[in-house]
Amino acid sequence: MNITRTMTERKIVVPGETIIQGEEFLPGDGTRREKEDIVASKYGLADISDKLVRVIPLSGVYSPRRGNSVIGQIIDIKFNGWLVDFNGPTTGFLPVSEYPRYIEQDELQDALNFGDLILAKVNNIKASSVDLSIRLRGFGKLDEGIIMKVNPNKVPRVIGKEGSMVSLIKELTGCNITVGQNGLVWIKGQSIDAELKARKIIEYICENSFIDGLTEKVKSFAETLK
Amino acid sequence: MAGKSSYTKRTDGRKFDELRPIDAKIGVIPEADGSAMYKSGNTIAIAAVFGPRTLHPQHMQNPQKGVLRINYDMMSFSVPDRKKPGPNRRSQEISKVTEWALSQCVDLSEFPNTVVDVFITIPQADAGTRVAGINAAVMALAHAGVPMKEMAAAVAVGKMDKTIVVDVCKEEEDYEEGEGATDIPVCYLSRSKKLALLQLDGKIGVDELKEALEMGKIACEKINEIQVKTLKGETK
Amino acid sequence: MIMPKILQDRIIAYLKQGKRFDARKTDEYRQIEVKTGISNNAEGSASVKFGKTEVYAGVKLSAAEPYSDGPEDGTFTCSMELSPMASADYELGPPGIESVEMGRIIDRGIRESKFIDFSKLCIKSGEKVWAVYLDLYAVNNDGNLLDVAAMAALVALANAKMPVYNEKEEKVEHEHTNEGLPLNKNAMAFNMTFHKIDDHIIVDPSKEEEEISDYRISLAACYDENEKPRITSIQKGKEGAITAEEMEKILNLVELKLKELHPKISKFVWGK
Repeated sequence: MNITRTMTERKIVVPGETIIQGEEFLPGDGTRREKEDIVASKYGLADISDKLVRVIPLSGVYSPRRGNSVIGQIIDIKFNGWLVDFNGPTTGFLPVSEYPRYIEQDELQDALNFGDLILAKVNNIKASSVDLSIRLRGFGKLDEGIIMKVNPNKVPRVIGKEGSMVSLIKELTGCNITVGQNGLVWIKGQSIDAELKARKIIEYICENSFIDGLTEKVKSFAETLK
Repeated sequence: MAGKSSYTKRTDGRKFDELRPIDAKIGVIPEADGSAMYKSGNTIAIAAVFGPRTLHPQHMQNPQKGVLRINYDMMSFSVPDRKKPGPNRRSQEISKVTEWALSQCVDLSEFPNTVVDVFITIPQADAGTRVAGINAAVMALAHAGVPMKEMAAAVAVGKMDKTIVVDVCKEEEDYEEGEGATDIPVCYLSRSKKLALLQLDGKIGVDELKEALEMGKIACEKINEIQVKTLKGETK
Repeated sequence: MIMPKILQDRIIAYLKQGKRFDARKTDEYRQIEVKTGISNNAEGSASVKFGKTEVYAGVKLSAAEPYSDGPEDGTFTCSMELSPMASADYELGPPGIESVEMGRIIDRGIRESKFIDFSKLCIKSGEKVWAVYLDLYAVNNDGNLLDVAAMAALVALANAKMPVYNEKEEKVEHEHTNEGLPLNKNAMAFNMTFHKIDDHIIVDPSKEEEEISDYRISLAACYDENEKPRITSIQKGKEGAITAEEMEKILNLVELKLKELHPKISKFVWGK
């Protein structure tokens, strides 16, 4: 068994598999310690950085993390806030206190109505609900545009290192794009063709997320769409 | 083990500890969060997993951990005599024993008040349908990214007269010579090697049962290797 | 998730330019994939996909008593299961109205087109006839389950083989002959579902398009003895009402699509 593995040599592991042995390793996300073994508790890519071992999932529902930006839909209006569906294991709750300005109790529906889409930040993760906020700049109700769903586990590839990939897509299509960590992507372009192009590029990235030199491949793919 | 067995050669020529040819795939149902197909000989099982997702109605929610819900169903044309569509008692029982077995694999402690739904369907049946269903479901659960302590594999061990065999086919199920056919489906967990499902239909002595369980364990290890290869994309 | 208004607006804006989200034209079908013999205990079986939407069909035959109004005619029963494995929106339980409606539409299309020649399914007059069971299962729902299921039904029936009937013991053996079902090849009617969204009529809807349409209308069509289009079943669904111009448009589309698709569909169903 290899003692060290670099980022590019990640291998797929299955639940119950021993990823690595050694007292010095720490079990991170998707792993657990059993005596000397760090064991996978999820199906995905094993990643060892420094001494932290974790499993990066390849598939499966979105697992919310504090600080994530998610795109969700208003599904219910309570007296003190809105219930939000963001395709996660539980629903989200946007308290009225996390709305950008003060609103009265009877203004809730005018502010955000059933079916409206919002870009929100994940504040707090509770047992059966997730607290959201749209108070910061850049968050709030989404106006016109299209929404597409991607595998939430591919979101890092769609965004790219420090946003480089999503910037590239914006450049290639002239579209405004926001990628929710939960796998929902909002696209608004100058024309329908631009939006369709952005959609196709994002689908391409998701289908080819494993290959090296994805950036170059994306550029060539975009050329074929002209 | 007194007396010789009348069953000296298997109906399809396999060795006593030989499995039928296996074919497995993941991702066969794009709408599901995870899915898999498992084929053993002429038995095909498809499993689709949805979740963890919010469980309705609320009174069924478990505040300590997520609920695992299994639904096993055979397609009406999967068997020689058409089965009326819809659940029957057999499918309800199979759903339950499957749920008990798979509950040992999954870890839903981080997902209170949610449900993980597993739908197992059999489009074609040639014995060993419940174990094929479990084998497909385990891959589908992993594919769905559901947190799991370990995997599981299942096989139908059989005793034909006095001979213990693994992966019983339909013809063998109908064997009538001597002590006839005894059907023993088993499911073993991949890491802890514990027995998560055990049923018996027929008759067997204690030593024979021990032999059957041992053969079943080894067969399950082989099946698990194939499940793992499929998940890792190492087949074909 | 329910259909957000901004997405609905976009679908309509795209249609105004004759485009759809997957870049198809309004009268364009997704890629069709057909497999036969997906279940070997069935007398006939098939899997059909339009894009990612998939349905399994299986045909089983048994010997039964004829109905009193047709002592020498075979019987036909058709059912459609919308299994929750096919979509996060489906729930477990007895067939809901959606699956009941689909099963009945497909049943009518096949029965009324006289695709199956029931008079040739007699075993013993007044006592025993062949009962044909056609069971359809949704495997993956990405829109337009009805058309996919209707085609799977045709393929499964076209590929079915008659079981051996043991006259002496008066029972059906689990063995197949080389004979197919008595089918009227020329009566092969296939199902086309049209949806109206805004001012546009589209075929082969995606899941989102199905949700926002004003109405849908499914028609099963084939050619008659004089090579003229014949419609053997119609079902209008959802609330919206059809104008006379729209009906004209739809019927023109039926004739057009029938001409365009008939040879292709024939090939899928009969294999050549």
